[in-house]
Amino acid sequence: MENRKFLTFARTSIKNLFRKPATVGYPYQPADYPERMRGHVEIKTDNCILCGLCMRSCPPGAIRIDRADATWTINRFDCVQCGSCVNACPKECLTLLPGYTQPASSKTEDVYQCPKRPTPAPPKRPA
Amino acid sequence: MAKRSIIPFGPQHPVLPEPIHLDLVLEDETVVEAVPSIGFIHRGLEKLVEKKDFKQYVYIAERVCGICSCGHGMGYCEAVEHVMNIQVPPRAEYLRTIWIEMSRIHSHLLWLGLLADALGFESLFMESWRLREKILSMMDATTGGRIIFSVNCVGGVLKDITPEMLREISQTMDDMERELKPIMETFLHDYTVQSRLCGLGVLTRDQAILYGAVGPMLRASGVEYDVRMTGYGAYGDLEVAPITAADGDSYARCEVRLKELIQSFRLIREAIGKIPEGPIAVPVKGSPSGEYFMRIEQPRGEAIYYVKGNGTKNLDRFRLRTPTTSNIPPMLETVKGCQLADVPLLVLTIDPCISCTER
Amino acid sequence: MDCKNIIEVIEIQDFYQRVIEMKMHSWRLAQICAVRIDSGYEMSYSFCKDYDMITLRLLVGMEEKISSITQIYPCAFLQENEASELFGVQIESLDPNYHHKLYRIEKETPFKEKG
Repeated sequence: MENRKFLTFARTSIKNLFRKPATVGYPYQPADYPERMRGHVEIKTDNCILCGLCMRSCPPGAIRIDRADATWTINRFDCVQCGSCVNACPKECLTLLPGYTQPASSKTEDVYQCPKRPTPAPPKRPA
Repeated sequence: MAKRSIIPFGPQHPVLPEPIHLDLVLEDETVVEAVPSIGFIHRGLEKLVEKKDFKQYVYIAERVCGICSCGHGMGYCEAVEHVMNIQVPPRAEYLRTIWIEMSRIHSHLLWLGLLADALGFESLFMESWRLREKILSMMDATTGGRIIFSVNCVGGVLKDITPEMLREISQTMDDMERELKPIMETFLHDYTVQSRLCGLGVLTRDQAILYGAVGPMLRASGVEYDVRMTGYGAYGDLEVAPITAADGDSYARCEVRLKELIQSFRLIREAIGKIPEGPIAVPVKGSPSGEYFMRIEQPRGEAIYYVKGNGTKNLDRFRLRTPTTSNIPPMLETVKGCQLADVPLLVLTIDPCISCTER
Repeated sequence: MDCKNIIEVIEIQDFYQRVIEMKMHSWRLAQICAVRIDSGYEMSYSFCKDYDMITLRLLVGMEEKISSITQIYPCAFLQENEASELFGVQIESLDPNYHHKLYRIEKETPFKEKG
């Protein structure tokens, strides 16, 4: 084979001896997350109207809503951080923020209490 | 006739973290035949399309595989858009193109690293992956995910790339191209690498067509076929030409992928230069009815997305023919007649992705 | 670039003849796909050459047996096995035939019934 060379990598190898490491000393040094990173879902409960669009749009079914108790529940271990709920939310109370969920030995759910709202009165029938 | 023995290869093998099993029929050290079996990780994701909303399914399509994620999302969306006759805004097409080219760079660098690892060239492997980290950070910054982008949606894309980010991407491409030079030099000209790759696992042009090879595997056998030439996405406006090599051996496959990296750097810069202003998505009304076969060029080769809608929000059928499905038969052909010690390398040269294949 | 992407419905008696012609003109087998329809199955065999793609569409009855094309295109074995395993399409003289062992799944022909 023409163009066969020896020790082509020597230069890089020697350079690497004196270069500072390309890796980060995690966990002693914090990881640097970019602003747009899809890490976990946060809810601003004040604005939530418990409409249930996020629950229906969630591909793995990680979100559950209980209208009677006015709770918004997420199983963070089922969540795949796709952002489908964030796009579906009409009140824009869901956001995806950087930072992953801490690993754990069992799946748990996070329950958020939303303000209780009076059940909307049934639409009045024209007399 | 020499005595034949059968050696199992895989499903767990150090060279690739994915489960493919080969029964290798050997005569002394030479492989006579290889019988493949897959099926360890079949998840039935194609069936899920009947249960999920077609807009929701994008998120499932892009989770079929980690490495080809962006392409799967894009391919599925383009197929549905063809069925529904949706005209995607040009800016969205450009953004998709930039992202899929970025994922091509990341996939090829991953493969190069794995190849170096299979050769036992550990520091070259580290060097390739160090470079790959740059593109991963860039993807993280623009889409929010390191490999699962979740930016495609039916009708366009969900996120825009700001002008500052575009400049940064362009800058990163220049840096990476410069840093790729020494790595490329080693892969193409180093004595050790050449002695492992040259003349190994030759697939002739006719064989490649007969056995249905796709992607870099097909192009390394001298066939000019690159689905990007059909002009989906923004490729119609960009200058794309298939990169081929004549020899059809493992070295040719490595060469094709390296040159495609350079091509991708150029394509991204070109796309950034030409990207038009405008909306990034159009609203989608109604449900798909009809069928379409969409072809797109994934980093690993041509992938086919078949979508059949029945007018409801659940599709009738989604079929994903991944590049590896097509590349397994030619790989079995290249393995015949090689030495047992070369089998891991040959399995690797098709850039196998078994998760994709089984869906 | 303009490229063909067409679906051609074809009868079973012309099918094998057509596939052999495809091979003689060095078309590449791109994909095989089974779809469940009310009366049985829809088998789609796609072939590519240059940038054109032709899909041959075969309508197969529920209990109808079809012959494998692995004698013509040996690379069809993976996808034909998949069709017979997931959908239960009855394909004869498949070589190699995995006999429902390609995918290690509990349920036989899981894609056969809707839903």
